[in-house]
Amino acid sequence: MSETVRRKGRIGYLLLLPAAAWLLLFFVVPFYSLVATSLFDPAGSDFRGYEMDYAFGNYVDVVRDYAGPLGRSLLYGALATMFCLVLGYVLAYAIAFKAGRWKNLLLVLVIAPFFTSFLVRTLSWKLILADDGFVVNTLQALQVLGDDGRLLATPVAVVAGLTYNFLPFMVLPLYASLDKIDHRLIEASGDLYANPFVGFFKVTWPLSLPGVVSGTLLTFIPAVGDYINAQFLGSTNERVIGNVIQSQFTDANNYPVASALSVLLMVLILAMVLVYVRRAGTEELL
Amino acid sequence: MRWLRERLVLILGLLVLVYTFVPIFVVVGMSFNNPGGRNVYQFGSFTLDNWKDPCGPDDLCSTLLTSIQISLLATLVATVLGTLAAFALVRHDFAGRSASNLLIFLPMAAPEIVLGSSLLALFVASGFAGQLGFWTILIAHVMFCLSFVVVTVRARLAGMDDDLEQAAMDLYATPVQTFRRVTFPLVLPGILGAALLSFSLSFDDFIVTNLNSGNTTTFPMYVYGQERVGVPMQVNVVGTLMFVVSIAIVLGMELRNRRRVAA
Repeated sequence: MSETVRRKGRIGYLLLLPAAAWLLLFFVVPFYSLVATSLFDPAGSDFRGYEMDYAFGNYVDVVRDYAGPLGRSLLYGALATMFCLVLGYVLAYAIAFKAGRWKNLLLVLVIAPFFTSFLVRTLSWKLILADDGFVVNTLQALQVLGDDGRLLATPVAVVAGLTYNFLPFMVLPLYASLDKIDHRLIEASGDLYANPFVGFFKVTWPLSLPGVVSGTLLTFIPAVGDYINAQFLGSTNERVIGNVIQSQFTDANNYPVASALSVLLMVLILAMVLVYVRRAGTEELL
Repeated sequence: MRWLRERLVLILGLLVLVYTFVPIFVVVGMSFNNPGGRNVYQFGSFTLDNWKDPCGPDDLCSTLLTSIQISLLATLVATVLGTLAAFALVRHDFAGRSASNLLIFLPMAAPEIVLGSSLLALFVASGFAGQLGFWTILIAHVMFCLSFVVVTVRARLAGMDDDLEQAAMDLYATPVQTFRRVTFPLVLPGILGAALLSFSLSFDDFIVTNLNSGNTTTFPMYVYGQERVGVPMQVNVVGTLMFVVSIAIVLGMELRNRRRVAA
């Protein structure tokens, strides 16, 4: 394929300008505003507004007060990402290597369920996992759950909901990576007497790493920030950081605390992502 | 046994796929549910009432209409701006290209709750706290759809050979003709895909919207609000319709592509 010629000159700027301006105005500037708000004096009243006094103490306060929800968000997000990786890998692998001419149809089917509203989908999990529902009764009959055991309003339901809702974000990048793999490499490993398992771990898995990395990031980031699953499928014991930020903003009107939590969440995620991408050795992705 | 071993991965994969459809079956089933008693999370008896009167519950259809309006507008603006930017990034060379790529990547790497609270902080700080509503939701939706449009269209453009365009130019087509007759039709599937993605992102959004909505209520916000008191069964009718309509659109696009390739 011939290399596309890139034209120089002002037209490039003109084409980019509207989108870049929109993102600067409504993404970059707001983030600055969020950081500023997080340093306001939380004692400010509604009448005279908040005052900037570089209240870094806000961050100490939110870590002390909300370490629980923050930790839960990260834990639930990490667990859901792990389950998504297992389920998503199987599905992506089956589509890329075993589906033959049904590939495109299956890809459409992967995203099809996710066209229904996110909230409606999550609500239907509430029904599936309900006490006395089919799933709970079966698990009780199999003695996996105790007689009064339940799934709804437990961390299990929250993680299950997150896993379900973010699965396509895992499957699509994994598929893109797996589909690019040259089948001859896998055959070659077989010719060199690697059994299918060794072949998988020495050839297929390493070659699919870019997909694994972008899939886990695309799943982990929204899963950590989500609070719909915790709200619908969990109880008050499963409150996550998103719940707290939302209610601090809209119910408690405590903007500095809510902003500090938000900034903290973003910084934590960025830090984890950077470390992860370093360790996975796929920096060119970013 | 051998048959099973060869197909094990495929069978497991299909099982995962079936799992993703379970909630859809529930939604479709519940759209025919007459709960009878108070528990709306159980199947009572079969009825067509929900389908005959989808707008029955207060606010359901008005919030749906608000959502559709916002999503259409957000899709339009984001698709146009995003497509222009994608052309700039693939076809043009200028200082600051990599910074621009980063600017486009970052909103996708930020959790929604951070995007939403940042915007709210800005609106409040700049004195727009009283004006939160339709337009602030629209601004927010365009913001988070833009990056996805740029990425989708950029992928299409980057994977495109420019041989056809070169050929058109060699045959004395003007740049405008080349763009209209060759470049644009080739990129169009990417643009349509991006628009579809934008629409569903915008239509489905709750977290960012909820923070910046003021007194305006969108459909996801309506569902969220009803969750505590028990969601009306008609919500499942809407869920079913959304599923059917989007499948129809996707399959329609796929068929059109196939026919084109065949022709």
